[in-house]
Amino acid sequence: MEGFIHQIISGIATGGIYASVALALVMIYQATHHVNFAQGEMATFSTYITLVLIQLGLPYWVAFIGAFSISFVIGVLIERVLMRPVANAPVLTSVGVFIGLLLIVNSMTGWVFDYTIKQFPSPFPDKALFGGFVSGHELGSTGVTLSVLILVYLFFRHTRLGLAMRAAAFNPVSSRLVGVRVGWMLALGWGLAAAIGSVAGCMVAPVVFLDPNMMSGILLYAFAGALLGGIDSPLGAVLGGFMVGIIENLGGAYIVGTELKLTLALVIIITVLTLKPSGLMGRKVYSRV
Amino acid sequence: MRTSWLIAIFVLLAAAVPTLLFSGYHLFQMTMVVVYGVAILGLAILTGINGQISLGHGAFYAIGAYTTAILMSSWDVPYWATLPVSAVVCATVGFLVGLPALRLGGLYLALTTFALAVAIPQILKHKLFEDWTGGVQGLVIDKPEAPFGLPLSADQWLYLFTLAVGAFLYVLAINLTHGRIGRAMRAVRDHPVAAEAMGVNLAMLKTRTFAVSAMYTGVAGSLGAIAVAFVAPDSFSVFLSITFFVGLVAGGAASIGGTIVGGVFIEFVPNLADLVSKAAPGAVYGVILIAMMFLMPQGAGGFIAMIWRRLARQSGS
Repeated sequence: MEGFIHQIISGIATGGIYASVALALVMIYQATHHVNFAQGEMATFSTYITLVLIQLGLPYWVAFIGAFSISFVIGVLIERVLMRPVANAPVLTSVGVFIGLLLIVNSMTGWVFDYTIKQFPSPFPDKALFGGFVSGHELGSTGVTLSVLILVYLFFRHTRLGLAMRAAAFNPVSSRLVGVRVGWMLALGWGLAAAIGSVAGCMVAPVVFLDPNMMSGILLYAFAGALLGGIDSPLGAVLGGFMVGIIENLGGAYIVGTELKLTLALVIIITVLTLKPSGLMGRKVYSRV
Repeated sequence: MRTSWLIAIFVLLAAAVPTLLFSGYHLFQMTMVVVYGVAILGLAILTGINGQISLGHGAFYAIGAYTTAILMSSWDVPYWATLPVSAVVCATVGFLVGLPALRLGGLYLALTTFALAVAIPQILKHKLFEDWTGGVQGLVIDKPEAPFGLPLSADQWLYLFTLAVGAFLYVLAINLTHGRIGRAMRAVRDHPVAAEAMGVNLAMLKTRTFAVSAMYTGVAGSLGAIAVAFVAPDSFSVFLSITFFVGLVAGGAASIGGTIVGGVFIEFVPNLADLVSKAAPGAVYGVILIAMMFLMPQGAGGFIAMIWRRLARQSGS
């Protein structure tokens, strides 16, 4: 029983990371109807930036905020330079550009920061809490991801800018008519998604260690989480991310073993898409023919 | 019609010339060009002609390769006899994967197949199949020798064998895509509703196309396994699937001839880029992918076809 509870708690901790990446995916999907295949590689790159800033002697949280801001700028730049021209292109084109971006960011990370596996520091004390059920890092990273998710929610719900961004994603034409600068709103969304990715990267790196392919598996779980919750519902994506984290941990411990954990993500994706393609909280899409 | 056959025979003869000119490693590279060409051809039938995006064709390549390797190492089946088996296995798997894929629009299919590509090395390594697949170590198979006492080296024979199988598959693909079924596939890509109104069974056609596509890539995997004489889970990572996708885009998604260009591209460009740095192949792929999308969305095949049409128009008038 204790093992079971422990699995659930560490499932919630990893689930928080999946939830952040899933939220980043959903934000871009909502605004542009594109799935960002490069989200994981971008987050890995941001994590390396954090590491470099720490090695320059900055305190952890300063480096964390620094990387957060740099990632934001990179995200905005990518949207303005690469994604704007293909906004209305066919799916094949957008998938091609995203895969291209994935390859470029991945090899740039390897080229600049080397392919060796690196240790990444955790800002939280390394000791077991609450009778050994949860480690300091698990508790801390869950706290950080949860507060980021809450901040994002408050931002979208209670600020003018957040409202404008939601409007731009929901109905670009009407938003433009009432004076919202839709193009910039999309760019901001990209920046925010990249910044959230940097948080997820920093929180997962102490657990899995840092290498250029760190996020490829995590991206898959985030996909699964986003689909499970509904790819057009931010709240659903967050819940889906947590659920996938728990399912992955329990499944890995009791059903399929650690070697098939990635296959579990595939199974979740296929199950959701065949049984309930709109996800748990997504809207059903009807189209007129 | 007769001239096109003459051209085909001429191309085939020209393609056989390297057997005499090249030796060892270069011949092996030419073999791999044909193998990759066939693999990309499978992807082109699915993505270019039928409009379903797959980022996971490395999985079918892996299944084909493993089918051949297991048959050869566990049951001593001769290498040529593994190809039909591998075709049937991959077509079946493709059909099964295609069933849920039907319900998915373009982007979701790309996602699902991407997940398949990421997961496949883990499945191949799993201890449940270890007796057959050899686990992490993989399987070593024998390189075929030239039969009937022909005066050819193993590499030369392998190239000719692969070329013959490849040519056969290309002829089949051209016939398939130029006939009624090919038109139905294109109709489904361009306007599914209109296609259905014209009596095309959308569900059946899409799944069958997926099966045919998986079969092509799977047979390419078999040929690749015979050529390399070795299979291991980590050579079928998600990067392989992405490589096929890059080859497809470079050659031109809807162009059959372009798949050869794609094969040449993914065989030689990484080698050239590797001279610069370890990170370079990925970067070059990425830059070319994006550049193609922006500048030449029809790919090299589409570009050549455009020039061909212009020349034909000029000579006609």
